[in-house]
Amino acid sequence: MAITAEKKGQKGRVPMPEQEPKVRARNFLEVPTGYTVKMAQEEAARCLQCKKPGCVAGCPVGVDIPGFIELIAQGDMTGAIRNLWSKNALPAVCGRVCPQEVQCEGKCIVGKKGEPVAIGNLERFCADYERENGSGELPPKASPTGKKVAVVGSGPSGLTVAGDLIVKGHDVTIYEAFHKPGGVLVYGIPEFRLPKAIVAQEVNFLARLGVSIQCNAVVGRTVSLDELFEEGYDAIYVGVGAGLPRFMNIPGENLVGILSANEYLTRANLMKAYKYPEVDTPIPIGKNVVVLGAGNVAMDSARTAMRLGAESVKIVYRRSREEMPARKAEIHHAEEEGIELFLLTNPTRYLGNDRGRLTGMECLRMELGEPDDSGRRRPVAVKGSEFELACDLCIVAVGSGANPLLTSETPDMQLNRWGNVVANPRTGKTTKKGVWAGGDIVTGAATVILAMGAGRDAADSMHDYLTLGW
Amino acid sequence: MFTIVKREEMAEGTIILNEIEAPLIAKKAKPGQFVILKANEEGERIPLTMADTNPEMGTITIVYMVVGKSTAIFRDLQVGDSYQDVIGPLGKPTHLEKVGKVVCVGGGTGVAVLHPITRGLKQVGNEVICIIGARNKGLLILEEQMHTASHDLRVCTDDGSYGHHGFVTEVLKEVLQSGDIRLVVAIGPVPMMKAVSNLTKEYNVATMVSLNPIMVDGTGMCGGCRVTVGGETKFACVDGPEFDGHQVDYDELILRLRAYQEDERKSHEHYCNIRDAVKS
Ligand SMILES: Cc1cc2nc3c(=O)[nH]c(=O)nc-3n(C[C@H](O)[C@H](O)[C@H](O)COP(=O)(O)OP(=O)(O)OC[C@H]3O[C@@H](n4cnc5c(N)ncnc54)[C@H](O)[C@@H]3O)c2cc1C
Ligand SMILES: Cc1cc2nc3c(=O)[nH]c(=O)nc-3n(C[C@H](O)[C@H](O)[C@H](O)COP(=O)(O)OP(=O)(O)OC[C@H]3O[C@@H](n4cnc5c(N)ncnc54)[C@H](O)[C@@H]3O)c2cc1C
Ligand code: SF4
Ligand code: SF4
Ligand code: FES
Repeated sequence: MAITAEKKGQKGRVPMPEQEPKVRARNFLEVPTGYTVKMAQEEAARCLQCKKPGCVAGCPVGVDIPGFIELIAQGDMTGAIRNLWSKNALPAVCGRVCPQEVQCEGKCIVGKKGEPVAIGNLERFCADYERENGSGELPPKASPTGKKVAVVGSGPSGLTVAGDLIVKGHDVTIYEAFHKPGGVLVYGIPEFRLPKAIVAQEVNFLARLGVSIQCNAVVGRTVSLDELFEEGYDAIYVGVGAGLPRFMNIPGENLVGILSANEYLTRANLMKAYKYPEVDTPIPIGKNVVVLGAGNVAMDSARTAMRLGAESVKIVYRRSREEMPARKAEIHHAEEEGIELFLLTNPTRYLGNDRGRLTGMECLRMELGEPDDSGRRRPVAVKGSEFELACDLCIVAVGSGANPLLTSETPDMQLNRWGNVVANPRTGKTTKKGVWAGGDIVTGAATVILAMGAGRDAADSMHDYLTLGW
Repeated sequence: MFTIVKREEMAEGTIILNEIEAPLIAKKAKPGQFVILKANEEGERIPLTMADTNPEMGTITIVYMVVGKSTAIFRDLQVGDSYQDVIGPLGKPTHLEKVGKVVCVGGGTGVAVLHPITRGLKQVGNEVICIIGARNKGLLILEEQMHTASHDLRVCTDDGSYGHHGFVTEVLKEVLQSGDIRLVVAIGPVPMMKAVSNLTKEYNVATMVSLNPIMVDGTGMCGGCRVTVGGETKFACVDGPEFDGHQVDYDELILRLRAYQEDERKSHEHYCNIRDAVKS
């Protein structure tokens, strides 16, 4: 066993083919192009089928990783996707966007000595294979319970709840504020990282199962939670995400040419502004672009700016490389595409011209001091280190908070001091009767898989409530 | 689908009125609130204030000026055609309260937005003087309706072709001098709202304006609609669109409204060229 482990581990992971950096930096097509069956099986063979798999413990929803990988190795792709679906409603999405290096792959035994098994790539392969070759057969539905459920928000969390409850026999309607369902998966994460056709197919799958999807419905404005109950809903799930952009609050922030990442990415992705003027929504095209922040949102913004034709794109981040919260793959891809990292740098004010347009920003160099509340070393400004960075477009990607639009209209649903909904961490139950919540609106901006996991837990609890009365 | 049930051209075809089926919105909307409309799949999300609602019929009315590509596409929609998306009601409703003597000042399509507010202010028991203006007589809209909605209507045109010859601010000044005005509501082009606010500041009369920055979602998630009010950044779509006119940084708003001017011009030409090519 030890010998095979050694041997299997020594073999490097099968790389997923990618578009060349120079080519892809100017198009919106997906960057990694996917495994072939042969590649997938070769990679699957690297898994040691551990008795106590570290990887499963690292996955927030406990995907049976050795199980589905073994099925790929045996060539049973249908079995593999079924296995995945039992824990994860959106494997095509998670395979692409999960921060695997700190979750499943980060705990893979093979990773101790060499490269961990490419769990994310295999998950993606499985879902793509099913999409392209599967029967598209719908899962069986329980007989109708006569209960009606409203799901507010169509991000990964809401989609999961809808999918789980419809197969349990409940009548489900999704209410979505935007004109298209999918949440961050359609308005935030760009096409080159998550093709919109994949999200559309997931949504279509729910529609085929009988979920009704009401777009253009801003709950809290078009209709309130109490009005939904009056209309006859028995239970409601709130999964409205963390859609309130944070700004830096430094002088000059309202100059033309400074956009929140939410605005920039919504224009680019949801409104398809990268095809302007073929479509009607414009997007500012920067020559010298600065992106503030270093999470996935910042990487997506920077790489979008590059694809829209920027001459230079800089990421400005006040901490060091180790603290960058983005997925490793995104940072790697961004650097390959020519995006520069200005680490340990913090802007102090924006500079503009007499037409109110951004021309640059003043920054300070930082150094790392003592650890702060988050356990990360606190960046401290270096006195007298001011310097100017010229730019004509700045995208602010320094985080987002809870949007009060719905919650301020729902006074009997308790919030914490940051405005996030208070929900039971196990069941998702809120303080308002008949209302559950989960995803970013509860946790603050987090991840797709956590939002989905919260949806699954809430769906179980809602099902109990609808069938057993608690 | 949001079907157009009535369409009118006003002001020599530069301003269009649409009555649209949108029952959920019609049921909830209050004066001062707006909707976002998108004509088709490729369309831009365009904010327009509701000029009227009819909860029984389930319709809302919008009145818009044709200024660029998206409003030009809207103009081409006829009765029976539909907007693909209409979202609302958005923004905070106007605070309608009895305060005494009130002046409502409107310019351009602002008059349409002002109409339900004027009516509401009269309904709660205020004495309402209304001043509306346009560049010339032909461009004036809703004169009849504003007459009915208020106690006293004054009309101005920039070129003197009708009513008072000159700007609304000149008439407003006279009215303010007569004293005891408790509130001024001004809705129209930004320079007009700025001029009105500067004037009412001199007379120390509370002033409310309705701001129209560029918007995307209209729900507080993009921050594109940022305006500076009283030195603080506000999101007009959720904190407004109405604000204390004396606190607004109009110069910043004017600059921000020009953000896409160059792109928009090109895109509009692109649309017109295609449309003309199809027609010929
Ligand atoms: C640019 C970007 C990149 C990201 N990259 C990654 C990544 O690589 N990996 C990862 O794991 N996570 C990533 N995330 C985070 C992840 O996308 C989120 O954690 C996840 O989408 C949260 O899901 P959710 O269902 O809670 O909310 P959301 O996906 O935010 O969906 C909420 C939905 O509710 C709707 N809504 C809001 N208010 C209302 C209302 N009042 N009425 C009706 N509908 C309403 C919204 O329009 C939206 O469609 C990224 C986020 C962004 C913005
Ligand atoms: C809350 C709100 C309510 C509004 N209500 C009305 C209304 O009731 N009736 C009405 O006619 N208009 C209203 N507007 C303005 C309307 O949204 C714009 O005229 C429209 O977006 C222009 O789109 P376009 O593509 O046709 O023109 P564009 O090609 O986008 O622009 C043409 C010209 O208009 C300017 N412009 C762009 N966006 C705006 C804007 N938001 N406001 C003003 N000028 C702009 C541009 O700088 C350019 O010079 C409102 C705006 C807001 C934010
Ligand atoms: S869901 Fe995410 S964390 Fe779990 S196995 Fe799949 S890629 Fe890994
Ligand atoms: S820890 Fe790694 S090797 Fe072990 S079962 Fe999981 S993926 Fe396979
Ligand atoms: S329009 Fe996006 S926040 Fe106001």
